[in-house]
Amino acid sequence: MPARLDVRKTYKLYIGGEFPRSESGRVYPALDARGEVVARVAQGSRKDLRDAVRHARRAQPGWAGRSGYNRGQIVYRVAELVEDRFETFVSQVQVGDPDRRRSRREVEEAIDTLVWYAGWADKFAQIYGNLNPVAGPFFNISAPEPTGVVGIVAPSRSGLLGLVARLAPVLIMGNTAVLLASQSRPLPAVTLAEVLETSDVPPGVVNILTGHTDELVPWLADHMDVNAVDAAGATPDQRHRIDEGAVHNVKRVVGGDPGDRSPFVIAAFTETKTVWHPKGL
Amino acid sequence: MTEVAVPDIDWSYASSTESTEIVTIDDRYGLFIDGEFRNPKSRRHFDTVNPATEERLAEVAEAGPADVDAAVRSARSAYETWGSLPGRERAKHLFRIARMVQERSRELAVLETLDGGKPIKESRDVDVPQVAANFFYYAGWADKLEFAFPGLRPEPLGVAGQVIPWNFPLLMLAWKVAPALATGNTVILKPAETTPLTALAFAELTAEADLPPGVFNVVTGAGATGAELVGHADVDKVAFTGSTAVGKRIKSQLAGTDTRLSLELGGKAAHVVFDDAPVDQAIEGVVNGIFFNQGHVCCAGSRLFVQENIHDLFVDKLKARLSTLRVGNPLDKNTDVGAINSRQQLDKITELVDSGVTEGAEIFQPDCDLPARGYWFVPTLFTGVSQSHRIAQEEIFGPVLSIMSFRTPEEAVDKANNTPYGLSAGVWTSKGSRILWMADQMKAGVVWANTYNKFDPASPFGGYKESGFGREGGRHGLLNYLKGVH
Repeated sequence: MPARLDVRKTYKLYIGGEFPRSESGRVYPALDARGEVVARVAQGSRKDLRDAVRHARRAQPGWAGRSGYNRGQIVYRVAELVEDRFETFVSQVQVGDPDRRRSRREVEEAIDTLVWYAGWADKFAQIYGNLNPVAGPFFNISAPEPTGVVGIVAPSRSGLLGLVARLAPVLIMGNTAVLLASQSRPLPAVTLAEVLETSDVPPGVVNILTGHTDELVPWLADHMDVNAVDAAGATPDQRHRIDEGAVHNVKRVVGGDPGDRSPFVIAAFTETKTVWHPKGL
Repeated sequence: MTEVAVPDIDWSYASSTESTEIVTIDDRYGLFIDGEFRNPKSRRHFDTVNPATEERLAEVAEAGPADVDAAVRSARSAYETWGSLPGRERAKHLFRIARMVQERSRELAVLETLDGGKPIKESRDVDVPQVAANFFYYAGWADKLEFAFPGLRPEPLGVAGQVIPWNFPLLMLAWKVAPALATGNTVILKPAETTPLTALAFAELTAEADLPPGVFNVVTGAGATGAELVGHADVDKVAFTGSTAVGKRIKSQLAGTDTRLSLELGGKAAHVVFDDAPVDQAIEGVVNGIFFNQGHVCCAGSRLFVQENIHDLFVDKLKARLSTLRVGNPLDKNTDVGAINSRQQLDKITELVDSGVTEGAEIFQPDCDLPARGYWFVPTLFTGVSQSHRIAQEEIFGPVLSIMSFRTPEEAVDKANNTPYGLSAGVWTSKGSRILWMADQMKAGVVWANTYNKFDPASPFGGYKESGFGREGGRHGLLNYLKGVH
């Protein structure tokens, strides 16, 4: 018997800046590469997802209304705190991938990805927006705005990097997110939620659900207050279901390479608004 | 007192009708595939009529599955060379088309008016000049694509299937075809069932312009032809402009496929007038916003929100202005409001207007003599409209304005955004900071401030929410047809 019993963490959901258990009371086992149970994590339900969307919607205008400088600093702060918990993340990534060097690289890459996207917050509109030289006496400008509430199906094969690489481009221009963590590798997602909560990310801006993605994807796909779904990490069947659900309110469904790090991923979660005004005396 | 001699002038209206002599319409049209007109394998044809007279203009081929397949094959085969043609060569092809559209602009304008019912002054002064301008604008991009988006290597998608509506037949063709060809894609276009003639005339023009066969194909037909094209396995990109209902059907049809999609769908635009607005200018903007093209405009300003303290004055002025609109023969150069595009659309407008009356809104229609034949609808206002009325929620796509009021800017924004659509919005006020604040708050892809219904090839157009996604026009319009974006 050890001299001191360690204190285990309870792995909970992250909704509206709080850490509730699933309202359903359900948990499911998170397994390591050998198939051993390392923890029991909350198994989010349809109602949890709806709560998460409600919080994301409420938080969206305030988040979008912050300056790019401010959003950039907050996402940079997330990177700082992931770095701070470096070893924790490595050990949790390693639960899914026993290769320690690869796990370290994944955490390093996740941090660098956050820093890379942080810098876009006050630049993206300069690259993606422009003045339009129309044939008339008009001031005419096009600029990107956030699409709104975005559902993210995190890639299943990467517990941290996959998630971060999809979350950062969604957040940086002012969207809020409801994220379904990797079902098989949920631990880093829950720890990331704890990091977000202490990084000045306002409550509701990011909501993270662990659980069975096949069960949650249809509710996310059909939800009428979700504006876009990132399906880059979804399975082909899930992608199909998301496409079908997206029909109801013309959700933007974003695919592509889940590891893609580019301003065009940011662009996929923005809407271009064009404003005209006459010039005259 | 001295007597003033009053000259005896006849003030009764004298029409000024555009001649149709400039146009030659064939009795029957085939499909334009691989650079030539072909009889449809379906062996089916349908009539296209002049909605202002209900007279049959021509018989047009109805493309069946085998015809659509032939068109896609032709586009695929042409893509082999067109897709890798140097940009500067593609540019010259498009410049040439732009110039030929200008050269034949009057003919195209008259044909557009005959087939679609829109006033000649609109097809002549707006539609066709904009068509030429779009080709000229995108022609210039064809050899400059590598400078359009930092970090993006421009690569075409392949074969594009494009389905367009009947409200701006040739202009919607230009919005779709010009950027697609400039970026190196090849095209199969499905024009609307009721307005196929200008697309067919344009097809003839491309052949005359030596555009390589198969680069641009036209398959005429109704919804079934469109569905066949959209669902064809060898189409890489689908671009659709039309109703939200059909857009959703297409989105559903493409679920689970890799086909790239862009949608430009319906709207229910809010037009917000503050008490410090230049009232007479705003009246003109509002009238243009809803009565331009008979209100057959997806970005029509169909919901008017007037600040409460000027509501009554504004409505009185609007009613007076409405009474001066000239409704009738689209070929008359003085006509402001032409014919409703089809019997079906007329029925839809009538049904929604009836619902407005039934639900308790107050209707105003000026006295108006309508021609005996053809499809017509009198410019209509509704006051006392509530947010839940169908005429405040559903797209009417006709000359019908629903008027509501507001007190504060916040209330105006809440009401303006209370719709599943988000294509366009208008705001009238003299206060600069309020214009910019309103422009930020309104969930719409295009915001017109102290103006309305302005279009330009250099200016991106497209919606938020259920008004669709993707932008047409401007630099952003290239993205619909390039790889590497989502």
